[in-house]
Amino acid sequence: MFKWFKRKKEKREAEGQEIIKKNEAMKSEEKQPEGIKMEPDQAEKAGEREQKEGKSGFGFINRLKQRLSKTRQALTSRIDGLFLGKKQIDEEVLEELEEILIMADLGVKATQELIQTITKKVSHKEINNVEELKKVLKEEIFKMISINRPDFDIERQRPFVVMMVGVNGVGKTTTIAKLAKYYYDQGKKVLLVAADTFRAAAIEQLQAWAQRVGVDIYSQQSGADPAAVAFDGVQLAKNKGYDIVFIDTAGRLHTKINLMEELKKIKRVIQKIVPAAPHEIFLVLDATTGQNATSQTKLFNEALGITGIIMTKLDGTAKGGILVSVAHEFRIPIHFIGIGEKMDDLKPFDPEAFVEALF
Amino acid sequence: MFENLSDKLASVFKKLKGKGHLTEDDINKALKEVKLALLEADVNYKVVKDFLNRVKEKAVGQEVLKSLTPAQQVIKIVRDELVNLMGGTTPELNLKGKVPAVLMLVGLQGSGKTTTCAKLAKFLKSKRGRHPFLVPADVYRPAAIEQLQKLGEQIKVPVYHSSPEDNPVEICFQAVNEARQKGYDAVILDTAGRLHIDEKMMEELKQIKARVYPQEILLVADAMTGQDAVNVAKNFNKALDITGIILTKMEGDARGGAALSIKAVTQKPIKFIGVGEKLDALDVFHPDRIASRILGMGDVLSLIEKAQETIDIEKAKELEKKLRKNEFTLEDFREQLRRIRKMGSLEQILSMIPGFGQLKELKNMNVDEKQLVRIEAIINSMTKQERLRPEIINGSRRRRIAKGSGTTVQEVNRLLKEYAQMKKMIKRFTKMGKKGKRINLASLFH
Repeated sequence: MFKWFKRKKEKREAEGQEIIKKNEAMKSEEKQPEGIKMEPDQAEKAGEREQKEGKSGFGFINRLKQRLSKTRQALTSRIDGLFLGKKQIDEEVLEELEEILIMADLGVKATQELIQTITKKVSHKEINNVEELKKVLKEEIFKMISINRPDFDIERQRPFVVMMVGVNGVGKTTTIAKLAKYYYDQGKKVLLVAADTFRAAAIEQLQAWAQRVGVDIYSQQSGADPAAVAFDGVQLAKNKGYDIVFIDTAGRLHTKINLMEELKKIKRVIQKIVPAAPHEIFLVLDATTGQNATSQTKLFNEALGITGIIMTKLDGTAKGGILVSVAHEFRIPIHFIGIGEKMDDLKPFDPEAFVEALF
Repeated sequence: MFENLSDKLASVFKKLKGKGHLTEDDINKALKEVKLALLEADVNYKVVKDFLNRVKEKAVGQEVLKSLTPAQQVIKIVRDELVNLMGGTTPELNLKGKVPAVLMLVGLQGSGKTTTCAKLAKFLKSKRGRHPFLVPADVYRPAAIEQLQKLGEQIKVPVYHSSPEDNPVEICFQAVNEARQKGYDAVILDTAGRLHIDEKMMEELKQIKARVYPQEILLVADAMTGQDAVNVAKNFNKALDITGIILTKMEGDARGGAALSIKAVTQKPIKFIGVGEKLDALDVFHPDRIASRILGMGDVLSLIEKAQETIDIEKAKELEKKLRKNEFTLEDFREQLRRIRKMGSLEQILSMIPGFGQLKELKNMNVDEKQLVRIEAIINSMTKQERLRPEIINGSRRRRIAKGSGTTVQEVNRLLKEYAQMKKMIKRFTKMGKKGKRINLASLFH
């Protein structure tokens, strides 16, 4: 643990010199002087706080299991209860299974598919008891959520540009902070771009996170054209050799055509600087969302071509079953899941561990 | 994605034509469709089950009314029962009793509390003649305080000076005192978003409640919430005994089944709905309208009300006279345009029309607000004479208008052509009216 802290400090010093250079560069380009901000004091403080929180000794699967215990209780304990005093799987049992799956937000479509598969297997005598039913459910759900995803390999190109989109209040900004920390801890040079110029104090929020994590941020004033901010931000990242750029966009409902056009514009303009960018467009979904997540995924995907999904807020009692239904319907890989408010509570999504934690 | 429930039911009942009564079997088939519709709208499974049992009791054996088809009959029963469950009328905000009245907003992260606080302040100020005071008590989320301060500036409502170092309970207590001294009569507390199972954070809310005795504790919930809405509402209600609910993000395509679930488990009224990002996009909740929406049937009443709010009856009469005499000038046209824009965004208006959401062709239709702005700019660039007598607009006038409005001559031409067509159409309509033929508006919706 001590080593970890020390490494951070060393890096900070190296980083500090960079910043000075950057500030000079900014002045000469006559950009907003507040474009890049960092106060080492603050960052130090944040480091200490992280230190205090400490790192738990649990392995990833254990931790996920612990976090998803609510879900597990809701699903498996009920499935176990389902068969108490039951010798065979009848109509009633299947109806109750439907209830359990719907209550987990799997949605009507995915639930009906699962029930159909199970009904078929029951009639073929492939399922005879609760253990077998659980096993089959697990296998089927695993099939639905395991999608081959190309490695999220940020070494592919420098700068690697990641755009974050989603409806209001799903946790885009916080997720960016967590991802920034993830890559910062790996020694990458990270830039955040504050392209949510609409919501009051959204820029300040990202600035505060940048300070806490200790990464750089590019921002303009509130109300600026988000595409212009993104353009300048990526330009800066290219010129200054950043490894990875996160573009924070304003939350918007997927049904607002004009606002979706704005996102397309952001995507277009950054391609003028880095033709292959954005390398990833992440749609952030809230685990408490119900069936509307399907509509969100559909429309954001149609507008932008989503490359991955991040599901946040899986630490409540929400079962996040919509994840199964979205992955199954759109075959878009799920990259990360958010399982808590701490900075390292964003985990790469592992379908096996997820199903394992569910049952 | 979602097919209209009315259409689905119609197909279920196709073979039922001519039957006088609804049998249990008919009902069961129909209710299966209703169940799917409700589940797809995110109504909680258990709530759906209870609900359908009640509907079934009422529906079996009912005579099919002559005026309705069996499908319509079932929808009517379902709808009535839904309205019944949602509560007949919406109670007003309780601002009575001690001064200042204290309103406390609570909810999960990202449900829209801060924005809703500002909307509520604006509502109290402009529609209830109150002097609201906004209190940022979210010391956890970075820049949450700044966010409320900025929103306060926008709507010109004072905001209490809190700092992230303060204790939220103290902030609320001090703010209410300050409000009392300064003569503000409605204090709105913006609390931090929290998980309903986070006991420590829920305790903080209990402490705030015990310290400032709010008249209203409003749970802010996202209309897109899934099955978990039940647990969230239950826990917040258990901890705080909430007085009402505000449902946010209703302008999207979520069908808002969460409203039904929350209402069913808390038995507390839904008082407002958030319908947009603008700070006046807060509507009073109407149970009958959300019933239609949950069933996928649109919201005509809200539309009519919006129109009434923005259209001055006297002016409307005057307009009608002009239409009849075929004196509808570009000046009047501009007036109408402004009125439409006052009603809200075009998308918002269109979304309230039944069946509109279901039409595939219309889903991809680009509702271009900017077009309206351009049209208004063109009309603004005309002289008064030109607006009254567009026929005098010749080539050089067209060029001048295009230049003045930042558009092209083609666009000016298009507008003039459309105006001419509209005039022709109005002529036809008014003629129809004179002959006594009434256009049956209701028929448009079936």
